[in-house]
Amino acid sequence: MPFVSPEVFAKQKIAAVQDYSILAGHAFANLFSKPRYWADIYTQMDYIGFGSLPIVVLTGFFTGCVLALQSATSLQEFGAISMTGNLVALSMVKELGPVLTGLMVSGRNASGMASEIGSMKVTEQIDAMRALGTDPVRKLVTPRLIATIFMLFFLTILSDAVGVAGGAMVSVTLLGLNPSSYFHNSYRALYYADIVQGLTKPLFFGFIIASVGCYFGMNTKGGTQGVGRATTQAVVVSSVFIIIVDFLLSRTMIGIFGR
Amino acid sequence: MPAAPPTPATEDQLPTATLAKPIVVFENVSVTFDVKPVLNNISFTVREGETRIILGPAGCGKSVLLKLANGLLKPDFGTITVLDNQVSSMREVDLFKLRERIGMVFQESALFDSLSVEDNVAYRLHEDLVPEAEAHRRVLEVLRFVELDQVISKFPSELSGGMRRRVSIARAIINKPDLILYDSPTGGLDPITSTTIVELILKQRDVSNTTSLLITHRLQDAFTLAMNRYNQQTGAMEPIPNHGIDDRTRFLVLNEGEIVFDGTTMQLVKSTDPWLRDYLS
Repeated sequence: MPFVSPEVFAKQKIAAVQDYSILAGHAFANLFSKPRYWADIYTQMDYIGFGSLPIVVLTGFFTGCVLALQSATSLQEFGAISMTGNLVALSMVKELGPVLTGLMVSGRNASGMASEIGSMKVTEQIDAMRALGTDPVRKLVTPRLIATIFMLFFLTILSDAVGVAGGAMVSVTLLGLNPSSYFHNSYRALYYADIVQGLTKPLFFGFIIASVGCYFGMNTKGGTQGVGRATTQAVVVSSVFIIIVDFLLSRTMIGIFGR
Repeated sequence: MPAAPPTPATEDQLPTATLAKPIVVFENVSVTFDVKPVLNNISFTVREGETRIILGPAGCGKSVLLKLANGLLKPDFGTITVLDNQVSSMREVDLFKLRERIGMVFQESALFDSLSVEDNVAYRLHEDLVPEAEAHRRVLEVLRFVELDQVISKFPSELSGGMRRRVSIARAIINKPDLILYDSPTGGLDPITSTTIVELILKQRDVSNTTSLLITHRLQDAFTLAMNRYNQQTGAMEPIPNHGIDDRTRFLVLNEGEIVFDGTTMQLVKSTDPWLRDYLS
């Protein structure tokens, strides 16, 4: 990679942030005007939502399992092994469910969006679309944005549910806890604020995944090598963004709800 | 370095067909990518019914010029007027409406690889919510024009390079555009397939009388267009009798981002400019 002066580097980064903001703003503004490409929205919902089910369910379930297993060791020292349900439910709903689902969908779909749109870009299909009188942001980016935000919300709920179920399986079969007590404790541990916090995050994460994936796709340069680079960058940047925004949202929500 | 001045023809030298309404007007257009000037102070006019062939060595800015005409790129300086709209200052949202009147054939066809030939050709009709039966009828009609109705259900990856180019032409002309932009339609094709494509362009020119801008690297294709016509009775291309030249076909030669020639076929052939003579030979 050639070295560039700090001034050029800074200008490039600022220009990238500006381009990203314009693209994300444009894609978001398209939500409120016609034409809307419903067929594309449903196709993307199927691909992003239903297509991501296996990885989300598996990740959520085994995270719940391992969470129960690891926390039981520490809780046992305080004689509070019966609190395993509380810990799993709170961790899954507030933090691990949204973040892990976000990261998994980011790995699968931000890369998919960047490579698909990137391939269209390098083969002039995006220009052809513009030449045929279609706004590529409206046709390609907005449907992905809507589909990701909408489906990630439900995928997160599913991930939370199977995570708690995974924790229950380990608690009952390996730790010998009473299933009724586990679920009761899990239920009692959750407050309205926790649910709101856990379900607000996927809305932001969905926006990040779709907008970052599409941004790198739309700005792909340099043939097939460029498509590969865009794909990698999309996953890395969206994952890092998710972690950073998770911290900021958690802090804000704790500030608002007090927990 | 061939810094020859442009040799435009004066109005009284032009054939009557070229005095028709201007369709594409470039005025002092300059474009720079990063620090490299790509087009420098370009001015020319393409009139209604004219076929303007753009020649020049690789990398001289021909494709950029075509993208500027369609508003896909914006100039740094100068104005571009297409079909009475100043595309150089139009908003993208307004350009989408204008582009419905402009057909464009891309260098590598740029067909949507996830759509079938029918959906590719009908793309604009689907955008306009034309009923499916009507869209299918028009797709068949235009595919018959390019003699490819048998591949309607295939995908672009199943077609040869020449077939893809013909489908691309079908997609560009389905809406009966007022202006067609051909970006190297014969680039990378074998001579026989190239001739088929040129024949198709010629057919479109003579049947529909559509104004067009055409980039080519093959001088042979350019002169075939200038010296032949489409015979609708025989359904084939034939030389214009008595070594005639089509007066609607004119040339624009670019080199290093500047116009080195703007005029008729005869003026090009008779040019004494040393670089031009060298290029044509």
